[in-house]
Formats: sequence, structure tokens, C-alpha cells
Amino acid sequence: MMKNLFSVIALVASSWVMAAGPAVHLDKAPIDLKDKASLQNGARIFQNYCLGCHQMQYQRYVRTFRDLDIPEDVGMENLMFTGEKVGDHIKNNMATKDAEKWFGAAPPDLTNVARVRGPDWLYTYMRSFYADPSRPFGVNNEVFPMVGMPHVLQELQGTPRKTYETRLVDGESKQVYVGIKADGTGELSAEEYDRTVADLVNYLEYVGEPTKLESRELGVKVMVFLLIFFVLAYLLKKEYWKDVH
Amino acid sequence: MFKNLMSWIEYRLPFMEKMNLHVMQYPAPKNFNFWYFFGSLAMLVLVNQILTGIWLTMNYEPSADGAFASVEYIMRDVDYGWLLRYMHSTGASAFFVVVYLHMLRGMMYGSYQKPRELLWIFGMLIFLVLMAEAFMGYLLPWGQMSFWGAQVIISIFGVIPGIGDDLTLWIRGDYVISGATLNRFFALHVIALPLVLVVLVFLHIMALHEVGSNNPDGIDVKRENDGSVEQTEADKKFTFHQYFTKGGKKIIVDAIPFHPYYTVKDLVGVAGFLLIFAWVIFFLPEGGGYFLEPPNFEAANPLKTPAHIAPVWYFTPFYAILRAVPDQLFGAIFMFLAILALALLPWIDRGSVRSVRYRSALHTANLINFCVSFVALGVLGVLPATGLYTLLAQIFSFTYFGFFILLWFYSKNEKTKPLPVRLT
Repeated sequence: MMKNLFSVIALVASSWVMAAGPAVHLDKAPIDLKDKASLQNGARIFQNYCLGCHQMQYQRYVRTFRDLDIPEDVGMENLMFTGEKVGDHIKNNMATKDAEKWFGAAPPDLTNVARVRGPDWLYTYMRSFYADPSRPFGVNNEVFPMVGMPHVLQELQGTPRKTYETRLVDGESKQVYVGIKADGTGELSAEEYDRTVADLVNYLEYVGEPTKLESRELGVKVMVFLLIFFVLAYLLKKEYWKDVH
Repeated sequence: MFKNLMSWIEYRLPFMEKMNLHVMQYPAPKNFNFWYFFGSLAMLVLVNQILTGIWLTMNYEPSADGAFASVEYIMRDVDYGWLLRYMHSTGASAFFVVVYLHMLRGMMYGSYQKPRELLWIFGMLIFLVLMAEAFMGYLLPWGQMSFWGAQVIISIFGVIPGIGDDLTLWIRGDYVISGATLNRFFALHVIALPLVLVVLVFLHIMALHEVGSNNPDGIDVKRENDGSVEQTEADKKFTFHQYFTKGGKKIIVDAIPFHPYYTVKDLVGVAGFLLIFAWVIFFLPEGGGYFLEPPNFEAANPLKTPAHIAPVWYFTPFYAILRAVPDQLFGAIFMFLAILALALLPWIDRGSVRSVRYRSALHTANLINFCVSFVALGVLGVLPATGLYTLLAQIFSFTYFGFFILLWFYSKNEKTKPLPVRLT
């Protein structure tokens, strides 16, 4: 009975959350925390493209290395650039004051960003930049309009432009917006770019809760134990209550 | 040797005597159902909160600069710190789930009625302290929702005429929520309020054992020994403490010793509860964003207001009443009255039949009205207060108070069903 009650509440609640959520459609992020190769690539992307401005000030290098099966020497060689120690937190040297001057607001810490925004938001956001000459960095974003962040993955994606098609609508030919398409100047194809963003989001999801897999694994054991405990407790109760009934 | 030691202690501190009185020879009605699990479960959650809380304080740092980082330190660097934290954060929500169901049980079976008024009042005091405890605890992670939720709730006190501003200043210890607020909330959350809570729980149980447990039939198991009821063979099977028979003036019918019968039964309840509790901790620790709100994974920033501030789900029924009233002061008054009305139930309900089983159909409908209103207000308190939602919150606030007003009128001359002589 309680379970039913919970599921009804959860169902109703989730529909409200959607109703109150953003108007932009979010794509489901194709991520898998067990995919170490994807996580390693995500870490590589983060270190090379994001860390310049965004920190992960609560996550240590050594934690990432250990959890992602990256040997320490390989990690130090390929993912650490400014002589930190493996026990250090993943930080940069940008001063908040400078950052505010350059971008309008200090770039947020990304340790928990996947828990604040959710992986689907991040996945869609990183694929929703488009060229907009009116903005300081020449790009705007559909998910986060007027965002102060430049499109740092532009060299991978190419210049993304809003694309229109001429279609017949009610007998008239009209320009219809069909989405954002890169102009082919990037290093990656559209599919490769999506995959790369997914890897990055996968890594952010991992950093948001490094213990998630461990938690699920332990959880199964605990549930099995509790089920057995429940049955034994029930049998014990039945045995004692023979006196009463 | 051991026996001698035991009797030496017993002579100086009658431990076994007290255990017999309150546990082994305590007469509990034999017909407790599902709804009677929640008292023992509330105790279980209290113990969980105290134990996990002690271990969390070992690594938590109560300062505006260090609080958020120390929680992340617990989540990442402390062995099983994430488990301690999730047990504690999920425990807070679980506490309110079991307490709300425990209170509903009391309302269904009239457990607040004479002679259990004081027992009910202690329960309401526990509820009040629990709300304060949860509120102060929620500030400690120093996330965005911690900060802004506390901002909203403390500002409620500001509407009191005359002293409002000074009062909020006194609560915060600063002109804005700051490290000073965090430090005092930490002190109150980990020492002062838990102590009060434990004392109140002790008094709640002592008061319970004095008047005896109610049951789903709402009739007594301790009767006058005047021949109106006879003990059956089954009744004579068990030994109860002589304290409860008042030297032969009372007889006990349809009761069983608390231990072992209800200890083993409660163990089943504990196992069932832990299954759900563990499932949330390990697979759904954020409770869908209701137990741990997403903005709270971002450190508190006094300069950045979140788009939508909602208190944690267990406060939302009362928060919805607050917002439903257009005037701030009257909103706060009605919110206070919503809790006071519950505390006054023993006097608002003028009936003498306790259990919903033997009361009028009107009472059943009214109880359902109360449940629907309470849940609906809880839902509305999460949502933004806009047009339709505000109107709905006003309607359900009206039906919430309507429960108490109706009850006061019909309970005096209520058409009730005949009570059974023995427990069913």
C-alpha cells in the first residue's frame, strides 16, 4: 500500500517538475558510468578545454585516476599540465575578479554541475551553441540564452549555425527552423561531436557523485540482506504469535 | 556470583523491575495493525539520525567558508562518508514520513482523546522540535537552497508587528544569514534540540505507559474489576505487572506482553521500513530532488537568488497555508493555527467514541477530507504561487481548517455505532 502511495506521489510530482522545467526540449544524454573509455575521454576533454576557466575544486586528480583506471604516471603525463601533485584538487589559476571582468560572471565550479543541472541539460547545452555576431564571443546558446561562455569546443564542432529549410506550409513556401548545424570546419563529424560531448557529460556525471557505482553495488547486497532479514523476522513473529491466535 | 551481583544492583537500581513494568509485563492490546509500526519506526529513525549525525560532525566544519567544502569532503574523501550523509539526509525525510503517519494513526483511532491528552501534547511538542531540528539541519550543508530556504523561513518571523525585525536579527545573529547564523544553527542542531527531543520522547513514552496504549477499536484493555467483563483463558495465560491492575482493582483483557510479542512484530516493521529506506539511500539518494534539492549542490551565494525557492517537502503543507493568505501577518498566523489546531484536537473533538471504526460516516469523510487537504497543500507548497495554484491553496487551506470546525460541531452529538465489549 505504501509503495503504491509513493509511486503515485512520484508520478504526479514528476509531471509537475516537467511542467515547471525549461521550455527547451532536452535530449537524453547517452551516458554510461561503467564505460571507462568514455569517462577517460571525458576527463581528457575536460582537462584540455574546460579547466582553463572551470574548476573541479572538490575532486582530486588521484580520485579521477583511480576510479577511471588511469595509471598515475599516465595521468600525470597526459592530464596534468602545471606541476600539481596527484593528491591536489582539480583547480586552475584564474582569479575570480578577472573572470568576472572577462565573462560577466565567474565561471561556475563544475564538480557538482551534473547534480545541479542534470546530465540531459549539459548534453543539450553543449550542443546548442550557434553563431550570433551580436554576442561578445560571437555565439549564443539555445538552452542558456545570452550565456557569457564562449563556444570552447568550436574547433571540434566547427561553426554551428541555425539552419532553415524552405518548406511548403499551407500552400506557401516558408523558411522553417530545423536546428543547429555545424559548417563542417571542425575536426569532428556531427556524430563524433555528439559522442565527445556525451563522454564529457559522462565524466561530469561521474565527478558529481564518484561513489554512485559503489553505492549501487553495495545497495544490491544490502537489499538482499534485508529481504532475508524480513523473511526471518516474519517467521519469528509468526512463531511467537502462535500463543496469541 | 552473577546472581548476587544482579541482586546487589537491583536493590540499588531496580533495572529488571523497570524492564518488567515497561517491556516484559507491559499490557499492549493484542490487535495492533499496520498503523502501529510508526511509533517504533520513529524511534529507529531518531537513533539513526543521532548516530550518523555524530559521525558527520567528526568531519563537518561549521563555518561559512568551510561548510560546503567539508560536506563534499565527507562525500568524497571520508570512507563511507557518502553513506553516512545519505543515511542522515534520507533519515530526515523518513522521520517526517513516519511521524506524519504516526499522527494520522492517532487521529484515526482517537488516540488523543481522554485520558491521552498529555501524551498527544508531548507528541505535538516532539513534532515542533523536530521541525526546528530539520530546519536548522538543512542550513548546515550551506548550499543555495539551504541559504535561501532559511532566508524565507526566518523572514516569516519578521511579520510579527513591533518586534519582527529585531526577532529575525536575534535569530540570525546578523543582518543577513551568515557564518554567525550557521554556527548557532549547528550548535542548536547537534546539541540543544536533540537533547530536548530525547527528553520529550522519554516523556511521551512515560505518558503512554501511564494511560496505556490505545488500539484500532478505541476501547480499553484495563477494565474495572466489577464483574462487567470476565478474563478468558487466553487472558490468564500472560503475566502483567501488578502496577497495571492497581492491586486487583482492575483486570486486563485482550492484552499481550509488549515483549516478546510486539518486539518481534515491530522487527518485521523495521525490516519492511529498512527495505524502503535502503532503497532510497542506495538508489535514489536525492529522492527525486525532494530529499536533496538540486540547487543545494551549489554553494550558498548571497548574491544569486535561485529561480524558485521551495522549502523541503515536509514543510510545504504549512508553507502553502502561509502563502495562500494574501496578508503576510495573517498568513503566518494561519500557519501557526494550522499546527495549534492539531495540538488542540483532544478538546476540539468532543466525542467519546475514539476509533473511526465506530464513529459516524461523516467523521470518516471528514478524516479523508483532512488527508486530502494536507497532501494537496503539501503539493501546492512545492509549486510556485501563481494564479490557479494560489486559489487551490486557499481552497485546501479552507478545507484543512474546515476539518477542525466541523469536528467540533458534530462530535458533541455524533451518531456512533455501539462499541464491542472485547477487542475484535
